[in-house]
Amino acid sequence: MEGAELAGKILSTWLTLVLGFILLPSVFGVSLGISEIYMKILVKTLEWATIRIEKGAPKESTLKNSASVGIIQRDESPMEKGLSGLRGRDFELSDVFYFSKKGLEAIVEDEVTQRFSSEELVSWNLLTRTNVNFHYISLRLTMVWVLGVIVRYCVLLPLRVTLAFIGISLLVIGTTLVGQLPDSSLKNWLSELVHLTCCRICVRALSGTIHYHNKQHRPQKGGICVANHTSPIDVLILTTDGCYAMVGQVHGGLMGIIQRAMVKACPHVWFERSEMKDRHLVTKRLKEHIADKKKLPILIFPEGTCINNTSVMMFKKGSFEIGGTIHPVAIKYNPQFGDAFWNSSKYNMVSYLLRMMTSWAIVCDVWYMPPMTREDGEDAVQFANRVKSAIATQGGLTELPWDGGLKRAKVKDTFKEEQQKNYSKMIAGNGSLN
Amino acid sequence: MTKNYSGLDVSSAKIEKLWSGREDFQRIPELAINPLGDRIINAFFPEGEDQVNFRGFMRTLAHFRPIEDNEKSKDVNGPEPLNSRSNKLHFAFRLYDLDKDDKISRDELLQVLRMMVGVNISDEQLGSIADRTIQEADQDGDSAISFTEFVKVLEKVDVEQKMSIRFLH
Repeated sequence: MEGAELAGKILSTWLTLVLGFILLPSVFGVSLGISEIYMKILVKTLEWATIRIEKGAPKESTLKNSASVGIIQRDESPMEKGLSGLRGRDFELSDVFYFSKKGLEAIVEDEVTQRFSSEELVSWNLLTRTNVNFHYISLRLTMVWVLGVIVRYCVLLPLRVTLAFIGISLLVIGTTLVGQLPDSSLKNWLSELVHLTCCRICVRALSGTIHYHNKQHRPQKGGICVANHTSPIDVLILTTDGCYAMVGQVHGGLMGIIQRAMVKACPHVWFERSEMKDRHLVTKRLKEHIADKKKLPILIFPEGTCINNTSVMMFKKGSFEIGGTIHPVAIKYNPQFGDAFWNSSKYNMVSYLLRMMTSWAIVCDVWYMPPMTREDGEDAVQFANRVKSAIATQGGLTELPWDGGLKRAKVKDTFKEEQQKNYSKMIAGNGSLN
Repeated sequence: MTKNYSGLDVSSAKIEKLWSGREDFQRIPELAINPLGDRIINAFFPEGEDQVNFRGFMRTLAHFRPIEDNEKSKDVNGPEPLNSRSNKLHFAFRLYDLDKDDKISRDELLQVLRMMVGVNISDEQLGSIADRTIQEADQDGDSAISFTEFVKVLEKVDVEQKMSIRFLH
């Protein structure tokens, strides 16, 4: 009897605390400053840890700047220079050197496959999962690490799971309730309130600290918002600061429930799996959506897949053919506090969320950028590349022309054929050989 | 050998996990579009085996160490280092010599040429390129290029620069 009573008391105090400190402020968009204090302590601890590691590490294995510079010195000269080629030179036996060197460079360090796995950190952030190369340094450091594990798994994780649970339930219940109302401005206002509150709760469930820059450029109604994609959390981060209409496939299970509930309160664009293949249908529906200036801006991730936040890969042109104003947004996570990248081949959604909830925090910067429209004489691909460059520059990410789809599919043969063509032009000259 | 590649320590764990079979290499886009990609991948796999381990991988990669690295570890009585000029040339020779008979025949030369030019040059044109190359290189009149003849043809080429990869620290 006593045990059950005690447990009941603890639970109710716990819930009251959560309600008071986290849920209520979320409704009003106010922050009590608890997370700021947590972040300050965290930053100090990590700085201390970095200094200890650097002191303790033997000279050869300090990885200063390894994350940005790379392992090998790459020779970026084009084929002509690499083959000491003037047009019309003849084939030489040494030509294979060029291709074999390029091939070996690609094997040691290629630009593409490294983007589909998590970024390596310059210095350890006291999470086991990022401990790839760091060796035992000192007892004190290990003690701090153990303390970190306890704090993360026993204190933070239950809190975060509670919050996530509350957040999602509120979202489903709230949007269903609001969906019962007839269409009116009250309904829209309420739906926005519900969305924002639940998103804020969910962000706190991840200990998220988000800095929004240039809020004056926040996407407007009737526009399309495009951003670089790192994880499903991107959606959460953007919707905490504004309401968007989502575009995506209809899922089953929990996602499906959330999707169906959300669409009752305000119009999102969900497609059946079969409809997604029909590009004209997709474009048509999106066009209809943005034509209605009262509807919320559409949120699209043109890369089509999650990339590890060190680079921006090819933007698929479909989103840029719809017309309308594009509002680019750059999202950059700080990997020191937690790795937000979802490696979908390695982790499923649930284990990914658990990893998120046992990291220190999710810290990111969001830059809203001035709207862009397609210029005359620019086709969709060029426009897509222009937007991609803008986002990459703003977020400090590298820009790659490769398709994110290479995560799962093989590269097209056309690229190889292009190289072969270039080489043939060199050795066959200008038609001098017949 | 491992301690000369401190930069690679970073990736060694990754390499062991990621790579063992040919498909893993073929998944690298920049290698997949390389015209000689398949031949290069072959260089990593010893006779008839389908798996490569870390040691084998490093042995092949060692051919591409810059020659000047040898100045630091001069071992007069030891075996010739894998990245000597001669061994680098041998690596390239093996890209051509598929049947490993120590001779590059006209057919083998044509095969490599075909890989590098794709469909852009006709058979006859390619054949004349191959014939000319063999003619220039062949000294003992067997219409094939032996390793010695190969080395002679390339004696003026800066093998060091063309076949070395510099590791940053």
